[in-house]
Amino acid sequence: MSEFSINDVGIKVGLEIHQQLATNKKLFCGCTPIETEEYSIKFQRKLRAAKSELGEYDPAALFEKSKSKSILYFANPESSCLVEQDEEPPHELDVDAKRISLIIASALKSKIFSEIYPMRKTVVDGSNTTGFQRTMLISQGGYLEVDGSKIGIQSICLEEDAAKILGDEGSVRKFGLERLGVPLVEIATEPFEANPKHIKKIALALGRILRSTKKVKRGLGSIRQDVNVSIKDGGGVVIEVKGVQQLEQLEKVVEYEAKRQHGLLKISKKLQGIEWSHNKNEDRKITTEQFKKCKSKIIQNAIKKNQEIVTIVFKNMRGMFGYSPYEGIRLGKEVAELIRFFGLGGVFHSDELPNYGIELNDIENLKEFLKIKNNAAFLILAVPFEMIDIIVDQIISRIYHIRNDGIPIDTRLATQDGETKFLRPRPGAARMYPETDIPPIIISKNELELAQKNIPKSWDESIKELQSIYEINLQLAEQIFDSKYIELFENIIKNTNVNPTFVASILCSTITNLERSGLDSSLLKNDEIRKTFEILEQKKIAKESIEIIFKNIMAGKSDNVEDAMNKMSIETVDETDLEKIIQKIVDENEQLVKNQKERSIGPLMGIAMKELRGKVSGETVNKLLLKNIQKKL
Amino acid sequence: MPEYTGYEGRSLEFLKSNNIVVGDSVKILSDLTYSGIIMPRYEHSDNMHIVLKLNSGYNVGLEIEKIKKVEKNEITRKIIEKKGKIEPTQGLPKILLLSTGGTIASKIDYRTGAVTPILTADELNASVPELAKIANIDAQVLFSEYSENIMPEHWLAVAKKINEFEKSDYSGIIIAHGTDTMHYTSSFLSFSLAGFPIPIVLVGSQRSSDRASSDAALNLIGATKFITTSNPKGVYVVMHLDESDNTIACHLGTRVRKNHTSKRGAFQTIGGSPAFIIAENQIQENFSGDYFKIKEYQPKIKLDTKVALVKYHPGYDPNLLNQIVEMGYRGIIFEGTGLGHIGKTMYESVKKAKGKGIFLGMTSQCIDGRVRMTVYESGRDLLNLGIIPLENMIPEVALVKAMWVIGNYHDSEEIKKIMLQNVASELSD
Repeated sequence: MSEFSINDVGIKVGLEIHQQLATNKKLFCGCTPIETEEYSIKFQRKLRAAKSELGEYDPAALFEKSKSKSILYFANPESSCLVEQDEEPPHELDVDAKRISLIIASALKSKIFSEIYPMRKTVVDGSNTTGFQRTMLISQGGYLEVDGSKIGIQSICLEEDAAKILGDEGSVRKFGLERLGVPLVEIATEPFEANPKHIKKIALALGRILRSTKKVKRGLGSIRQDVNVSIKDGGGVVIEVKGVQQLEQLEKVVEYEAKRQHGLLKISKKLQGIEWSHNKNEDRKITTEQFKKCKSKIIQNAIKKNQEIVTIVFKNMRGMFGYSPYEGIRLGKEVAELIRFFGLGGVFHSDELPNYGIELNDIENLKEFLKIKNNAAFLILAVPFEMIDIIVDQIISRIYHIRNDGIPIDTRLATQDGETKFLRPRPGAARMYPETDIPPIIISKNELELAQKNIPKSWDESIKELQSIYEINLQLAEQIFDSKYIELFENIIKNTNVNPTFVASILCSTITNLERSGLDSSLLKNDEIRKTFEILEQKKIAKESIEIIFKNIMAGKSDNVEDAMNKMSIETVDETDLEKIIQKIVDENEQLVKNQKERSIGPLMGIAMKELRGKVSGETVNKLLLKNIQKKL
Repeated sequence: MPEYTGYEGRSLEFLKSNNIVVGDSVKILSDLTYSGIIMPRYEHSDNMHIVLKLNSGYNVGLEIEKIKKVEKNEITRKIIEKKGKIEPTQGLPKILLLSTGGTIASKIDYRTGAVTPILTADELNASVPELAKIANIDAQVLFSEYSENIMPEHWLAVAKKINEFEKSDYSGIIIAHGTDTMHYTSSFLSFSLAGFPIPIVLVGSQRSSDRASSDAALNLIGATKFITTSNPKGVYVVMHLDESDNTIACHLGTRVRKNHTSKRGAFQTIGGSPAFIIAENQIQENFSGDYFKIKEYQPKIKLDTKVALVKYHPGYDPNLLNQIVEMGYRGIIFEGTGLGHIGKTMYESVKKAKGKGIFLGMTSQCIDGRVRMTVYESGRDLLNLGIIPLENMIPEVALVKAMWVIGNYHDSEEIKKIMLQNVASELSD
């Protein structure tokens, strides 16, 4: 095994950013995307692969079809209508979404097409009720400047978001329709040479340009990034990795994927030196009978479920499945991922056996039964009878591909620990079909001019502006700008006299800290935050009360400010009452005051605040105490 | 495909002067460099753009004015559809599939950019491989028309075609048809082919076959299963029961109506449950009895189109009715209000029509329910004027039946008698 060094493989990376737009409508109907767990509508569908405009089937669609899942959809009439159910043709393209996408394209100096064709991008995994995603290419070209260098923009598309997966149950997959049809802008960069750290910076910069428009959604799940990875010797193969949720993950994913690709090339070279071909009639056999007595739990469970145990023999391939050019990269793993994709668990290769409850005598029996030669390798897998040929064909064609052509062209999925796994074959141009329900969209000169006029300030300029208008420091300006509260912040400052630094730090650090302690910020609605600052301005509560109120709401104990104030017994004390309370405390502790003079303020503060916390600010209490102490002396 | 589909004026000149045609693979130098295939253009577009399918699969319109240079690639990929052909399996029942067009046989039309019914019956068959496991299907195209373009002469053509297979080894006949007027066609076939020995099943779809979510495949599979398992004489409409892809409804061809513009489950049996429900491998029977009231097959493939369907509404101008009478119409079916009424302002015109010996029938715009003209005085007035209440016959079915009756019988008493006689389950209890 050799040590992998990322600098040696000539890595090229392209980013694809998917950003939800904050139009509060769907792209092709007026429904409001509200998160929900209540579904009053339920229906079941099956999708079929359909031919493309050029009369071909898309490989990804065929592959997905071979899995033949049945799909159950759940819908809420508030967040979806017949359009999402694919029971009604799409309505007209939402003008706001169109306008925002033109602004984004203009900001990136991309060339906007004057005639745009809505297309259907085939997606038959069930995440779209139609079996396709509606998408349109808005522009091509343009660039983004990061640290003085230009990152090229390949394309900008406006498209529909997919349905939310709710889970799998046997051969049924469940989706919720509330997110389906939410407008997304997809920005793809040209491939660039960069180290993984630099990539993160570029992703951040792209995200910031989008946020500068103030027309995009913020918060978890509102922005997703895919990354395309290729290496110098990869023969032009670009691997698309989906589902990178956090920028932190990005670095690791890119490094792993480059390692995997380079490792596959090494495996490919080694395979080329081996004389092997697959004979359909001789090299795949049902061997369930031979494993009846095997102690492997996986095998026994599979037999119980009526699956067949299939053995595939690979002449002269001994050692190939376990060969590991780099740590964690093996042909055996590539095969296992493919099998798992079909929802099947068990695959063993001869290089790792005996193990997993498969004992030496099981292997000997099998070898004897199939007359497997010593220099051959074999795979043992558990498969339902009707799927044997489909799955074995997939395995064999993948191994042929690795040997003859190198890296297989997949779409892959980023895993939590920064690796990637097989998702489906990379779809081709055959997946695109014109959306016949919507005529081409014409972009007028006026619309282009308007978009130009509305190009937002750059991130740096926006931050500088925030700093100078609100007199807040750089760090706070950056934090508030990147947070989901920027508009709320500006609104609060406009309508109250509360100090901007204080508002920003509540919005950025207080809420974030409460979130880190496990509370849910989505329970705290913007209207309640706004109301809290209004109440503060009217001096009905003290600054210290804000955290107590927010904590109560974010813990789900109250749903509005008044309720939280009641529950936490936060009330205001008027000035004369306050004066009386303080005077009483000083009177009751006269001896202490006489003894300790001004220093008595320490212990007296403690006593006073016990009674007044959240009702009056500590500052005021302190002032009044001092005044009364001095009176006594 | 014609070489310049949809291109006109300047854009057509542009293609010609650059020596390129639709389907050519090109590299175009404009504000950027674009590579792709020249695609057809839709008719209602301007002539300032050419359409290119980029290598990514996206179609875009490029402004001719901005194009600096066009290079044609050596290797051109012509747009040629690969066609599938299905081999028959011995021992399976035989079914005839006739295509008349409609959404079920539709895919993109480069003339308009919308869909058009151009799939052949063979392609339709090949696109649903499951069918070949249930039956051997012979496919023929009769015509490729949308519902709204299907005329009474098309009904005659379909009926005559089916009549040719009175004595054949087919277990049933499936007709792929547009959904909007499917129940008119099913009604005509019910009357003109009364007693036909094998089931006739009309199938349509609400989502075209070129999309993965099309309901066409399941409707076709449902129709095939229905024919091969149940096999009762009659004319049926087979469509989705609801929005789910698991249950198919089989409706009586004279008791069914399209009651939604776009839903999969748009078709409903009026005043009752669908005759048969097909789920997975089970068929639930809600209808027992004979579809046709005669036992022997007696084709009467004739009609008279001089029958009008008049939907009465407040403010209806009686002169419109007078016009119909003067145009020589021989029958008028009223779609009256409620239990079967039209306003007093109409009485004079109705009298005139009656005087000319025109058949006058009453149905209700309530769609569901029976007309009952003895309950209110206006109903009794209308009965006296000679309007015949047509029980619970669906207005459109009554229209088609009147065309058929008047086309085949001439005596007014006989016309009245047969209009009230149950021929093909058009009247129900």
